[in-house]
This record gives sequence, structure tokens and C-alpha cells, in this order.
Amino acid sequence: MAEELLAITVLWGFVFIYAVMATMDFGAGFWSMIYFNRPKIKATNVANRYLSPTWEVTNTFIVAIVVAVYSLFPTAAYTLGTVLLIPGSIILLLLAIRSAFLVFSNIAEEYRKPLTYISGLSGILIPGLLISVLPITHGDFVEFSDGRQSLDLAHLFTSPNEYAFIGFSISSTLFLSSLLLADYSKASEEMEAYTVYRRDAIMLGPVSIIMAFLIMFTLKREAFWIYENMIDDLPLLLLSLGLFVIGGLALFLPSINKKGVRGIPRLAVIAITLQYLTASYVYGKAHLPYIVYPEVTIASAFTDPSSFRAIFATYIAGFLILFPGFIYFWSLFMNDKRYLRQKQTKDPA
Amino acid sequence: MSDLLIARSLFGTTMGFHIIFATIGVGLPLMMLTAELLYQKTKDHDYVIMAKRWTKAFAVLLGVGIPTGTIAGTQLSLLWPGFMEVIGKVMALPFQIEIYAFFIEALFMSIYVYAAERIPPWMRISSLVLVAFGAFASAVLITNVHAFEGTPQGFRIVDGEIVDVDPWAAFFNPSFIVTAGHVALSAYTTGAFVVASVAAFKMLRTPFGTRVYNFHKKALMLSLIAGGIFSFLTALNGHESAQYLHEYQPEKLAAAEGLFETQSYAPLAIGGFTDRETQRVKWGIKIPWALSFLAGNSFDTVVVGLNDFPEEEWPPLFVHTLFNAMVGIGSLLIFLSLTAFVWNKFLKKEHFPRFLMWAFVASGPLAVLGIEFGWVFACTGRQPWTIYRVLSTADSVTTAENLGILFILFALVYVVLGVAVVFVMLYYFKKNTVIEDINRAEQKNVPLYGSNT
Repeated sequence: MAEELLAITVLWGFVFIYAVMATMDFGAGFWSMIYFNRPKIKATNVANRYLSPTWEVTNTFIVAIVVAVYSLFPTAAYTLGTVLLIPGSIILLLLAIRSAFLVFSNIAEEYRKPLTYISGLSGILIPGLLISVLPITHGDFVEFSDGRQSLDLAHLFTSPNEYAFIGFSISSTLFLSSLLLADYSKASEEMEAYTVYRRDAIMLGPVSIIMAFLIMFTLKREAFWIYENMIDDLPLLLLSLGLFVIGGLALFLPSINKKGVRGIPRLAVIAITLQYLTASYVYGKAHLPYIVYPEVTIASAFTDPSSFRAIFATYIAGFLILFPGFIYFWSLFMNDKRYLRQKQTKDPA
Repeated sequence: MSDLLIARSLFGTTMGFHIIFATIGVGLPLMMLTAELLYQKTKDHDYVIMAKRWTKAFAVLLGVGIPTGTIAGTQLSLLWPGFMEVIGKVMALPFQIEIYAFFIEALFMSIYVYAAERIPPWMRISSLVLVAFGAFASAVLITNVHAFEGTPQGFRIVDGEIVDVDPWAAFFNPSFIVTAGHVALSAYTTGAFVVASVAAFKMLRTPFGTRVYNFHKKALMLSLIAGGIFSFLTALNGHESAQYLHEYQPEKLAAAEGLFETQSYAPLAIGGFTDRETQRVKWGIKIPWALSFLAGNSFDTVVVGLNDFPEEEWPPLFVHTLFNAMVGIGSLLIFLSLTAFVWNKFLKKEHFPRFLMWAFVASGPLAVLGIEFGWVFACTGRQPWTIYRVLSTADSVTTAENLGILFILFALVYVVLGVAVVFVMLYYFKKNTVIEDINRAEQKNVPLYGSNT
């Protein structure tokens, strides 16, 4: 059992990292579109400054998740592959359009506006569809009959729980990304952009928390088993809520290093990330031992033990090789004042 | 169409589209690196401009290559869950390691492009080396899965269950090195000839002897040398690949050659079409004894014919044509670069004749076509199996039905992306002419890589 737990923890880790990075990524694309017509506040500019170097790295994580599922839990990959054919294909199509047009918008300046709209809009739909994988794994929408599995799309899209997840996903995407961009703008000393993103974060935080409550409320009716398991960890859920409050407060406290500016966005980003980490830990733990309820468990889906050990060894080797690369990347794009505070900026025409 | 055929068509279309970008995406970084190194050595601005312009092209191609690669990786699970269940248990290592290669490529590509002006030259070269290495490693590792499909090992199947898994034995399956080598070398060939195509075309459109003409001429010579070396190495390796088929997948070699009867002193059939009824290659040229020699280095090598296998396990017979087309294009590319070499070095001519210039223009698209023929040959030649004599394609496919609509949707998106990528490239390089880049490079303190108007 220990190896399966280790494997699902690695997978959960990938999913969490991707979830955070993807919300930043898709959110930044969306904000870049929203503030496109207001070049003066530099909000689009800041979003693009974050997005341009990071999207490829973010995209690699989604491939890492897919590969982790089929290398760690091949039997689950069979079930998920079969039932996710339609939603998975739609996600892939949107992702292809989104990534390609994001790159095109950076290259073809004159057509930047329509290209940004295409990538921004297709991007914001992706998190809503991606998160649908979670309610699908709760089992209610999957039909198992004599060895065949299929997804009941009609049932899925009439379920309030599914819509609560979609709402949560999109509001969280916008919330987290505006928060990060607020921090990024402040580090870049783009104070107008900071004001705008701080305002967006303050508006969207409560929306995301209401959506989270809606998820719990609908889970109770539609997938009671997981609701029950989550409530067993009530103290952690309350901690998560507490972190949300701290994150919110951090946006109103006076800034430490800047006079007359409200908010410590770095603290808010950390608190909110921890809030999501805690909540997703509780959710992930409640989901165990099932990958797809009630047929596929981490034990039944687990790969061959010798394959697992070989893969796990590559995880360690890969981490050791990549870690310095990530640090260098971070120092060049998140922490280098020459990059953040570039004066000669490319304003969209 | 049956659902199996639609699934194959859909996945084939995805791969057929993706490999254009993937192949150039492996080949181009090596050209970029060569140009950067030449610049550091000669301090000739033309080479850094080449590196910059190829990098821009590479970045645009990645914009399609990355998402289509993501589609390919995920579609494997969506369309072929039976196949991926076996692969997940036995052959997950290459996918897993490929992720790290991917990360290296993505991280350092961003560093090379977006931090070019802030990092020292040695770091720029190192970033580019890592980009090229990441691209190379991804190609090699993904090809390894394909190699495993042809020469599986590292597990046993007892009563339908996979047992005795040895993931590293599967990883180092017999055809790994030779197959991966073929893909990497042919990708370098393609990258070089794609550059040659553009350079030759631009030379035809630019007055002789101008600054811009000379710029393109340098690019053409560089790419022809690289293309010549790599196409020759690809051919050597291709010969070895054929010998591996002879040893490990004889029916694939038999289908590639249209050989029905097992025989020593077997003839090599070039061209023509395999006819199932008369069991011979129609309209082809036969070179006596040559196939035996190619397969085993001696004329009395016994080459196994298709009739030794049950007909339902034969690959489709049209693979003979695909195989010929691949080999033909490869040979033509070697011939083309040799001609250029002789013309330039021995005849010491300033000009290439127009017909030769147009042949150079055609070389890039031809190289890409050769890649397509090669992959279609390699994958249809393995039918009816996804994993040779272990798992059939019919047992790999999804149980879901009505795939037709998905096929149409994906095909549509590929058309949109394909058209858009061409327009974006044309747009960008029309707006950013070589002469402007030359001016930027010769002025101090004007960013070259950051320039983008």
C-alpha cells in the first residue's frame, strides 16, 4: 500500500502544481485580453511579461500529469482515457488554439488584438473543462457495464455539482491570477496595473469562496461519500478558510516598503496558495482510495512494482537535474529587476 | 469507415501534422547552435542574425509543435487505452524521461529568447545547447516507444496478465539505438534542408552580390554542408535499420520489398506497385541478389517472404511504395548536396545554375515529405499490431464510438493552425527584413533578439 500512496501523492503534487501554474497562465491570458484597450495602465503589458516566458513550462506540466497517470496507474488511465474521450478532446482542441494564438499574438503585432481575444477566450474555458475531470471521477456519471465504460454526458451537464466545480474553477483562475499579477505588477513598479489587479482580486476572492461552499453543498447531495470524508478533516478546512481571511487582510494592510500604498500582495499570494494547498489536500485525501469511484482504486490501478521503482528513481534524478534550471529561470523572470522594470515596453498598437 | 479505421486516421492525422513541427523543431536548434558558434568564432554578424531569425521561426513553430505534441501524448490514452495500459506497465520510462527533456527545452528556450540580452555569451550558448539537447532527447525517447512496439522485450504475458516486468530491458530494446538514430539524423537533415530551401528561394529573389544575397548564400552553404553530412549518415543508419527489420520484423521488410517467396539471392525491387494477386511487383526495376546482400551483407542470405506468414498478419502492401519514396528522397538529398559540393569546391563557380537553385528550394519540402513517408511506412508496416505479436491494433482501440465528429474537429483545427502558422511566418519575416536585422546587429546597444516589430 505504501508505494501506491507514494505514487498518488506524486500525482497529486503534479496536479496541484499544474493547477496553480495553469490558473496563473490562463488567467494572465484572460486579463491581457480584458485590459487590452487600456494600454495606459500597463495591465496587459504586465500580464504578457509574465506569460511569454512561462507558458511553455506550464504546458509541460499538463503533459507530465498525463504521463504520470499512465505510468503510475495504467488501469486508471484505461478508464479515464475511455470516459474522457469527448471532454478530453475538447480540452485539447481549445489548448491547441489557445497556445498557438498566444504565440502568434506575440509575433504578428498588427493582428495582436483579434489574436489576443482568441487565445484569451479559449484559455478561460479550459480550466472549467479541466476541473470537470474531478466530478467525473466521483463516479456518478460513469457507467460500468460488463467491462465497458462510458460517460453519461447528459447527466454530467445537468448536475449542479458539475456547475459548482466549473464556477469554482473559473473564479479561482481569475482570483489567483489577479493576485499574482498584483504582486508581479508591484515588483515591476507598475502601480496603476497593481491598483487594477488588487481591485480584481478583492472582488473575485469572495466569489471563489462562495463557489467553494457551493461545491461542498452540492457534493453533499451528489457524492456523499467524499463529502463525508472531507468533513472528517474539518479542522483543516477551517484552516484553509483562515488562510483565505489572512490573504484577504494582506490586501488591505499598509505596504511595508512603499508609503501610501495598500496591500502586501506577496503575503496574500503565499496565504492563498496555502489555502488551496490545504483544501486540495483534504479533497485528495477524501478521494482515496478511489481514482474513479467505485471501480478503480489506487491499488487496483497501480503499475507493476518494478516499473514504479524505475520511474520513481527517474523522478528523483529528474528533480535534481531540473531544480537548478527552475531556480535560474525564476531568478531571470520573476526576480530580475531588469526584466520586471523594463522601461522600453512594447505597447500594443 | 469502422471506428478502428477512424481512430487510426485521427491519430495518424495528429501525428502527420505534429511531426512536421517536431522534426523541424529538432533540426532547427542544431542549425541555430551552429550559427551561434560560428558567430562567436568569426564575429561575423551574419551568423548571429541567422541564429536570431531561425530562433523566431523556431518559436512560431513551437507554438504549434507544443500543443500538437500535447494532443498526441493525450490522444494516445484517449484513442488507444488498451495500448497505453500495457505501455504504462512496461514502457513508461521513456515518456517519463521525455518530460524532463521537455522541461529542459522549455526552460532554456525561454531563457535564450527572453533573456538573450541579459545573459553572458557563454550562457547563451549553454542555453542553446540545452535547447538542442532537450529537443534531441525528446525525439529519441519518443522514438524509443516506437522501437519497443517493433521489438518488444522486458516482460512476459501469462494468461493475459503482464508479469516479470523489467522496465530497463524494455527501454533498451534491440532496435532502440538504430531507430532513434534514424529519427534524430533525419530530423537534422530536414532542419538543414528547410533552411536551404528558404535561403535558395531568397537568393533567387535578391540581386546577385548584394549584402542580403551574400547573407543568404552563407546560410545556403552552411545548410547544404550540414544537410549533406546528415543525409549521408541517415542513409548509413537506414541500411542498418533495414537489417534490423530483416532480423526482427521480417514480414515488414518483405512487404517493403514486395517479396512473397522466401529465397536466397533475393532481388531488390525498386519502384512499381505490389500486386497481391500475381504476388509480384508490377512496373518495378529488379536488381538481382541486391536484397539478400542488403539484408545480410552476403548474396546467399535467405530473405523471408510474405508467404511464410498468415495473410491476416501481412502489413498493407502499399508500404512498398512508401518505403521507396522515403529512400528515393533520401538519396536525392545526398545527391543534391554532393552536386553542390562538387560545383562549389571543384568547379569553383560563383553561381549555382537556376535549375540547381530550384532543386535546393524543393529540398526542404521534399525532406519533410520523406519524413512523412518514413513514419507512415514505419507505422502501417507494423500492422496489424500496435506491439509486434503481443497486442493487436484492434485490441488497443477505445471502445467509444462515433469518433467521426472528433476526426472532423481535429482535422479542422489542424487546417486552421497550419494556415495561420504560414501566414504568421510570412508576416513576420516580411516586416522584419534581413537588412533591418543587419542594421540592428551592427549598431551597439540595440537589442537584436528583443526586436520584434
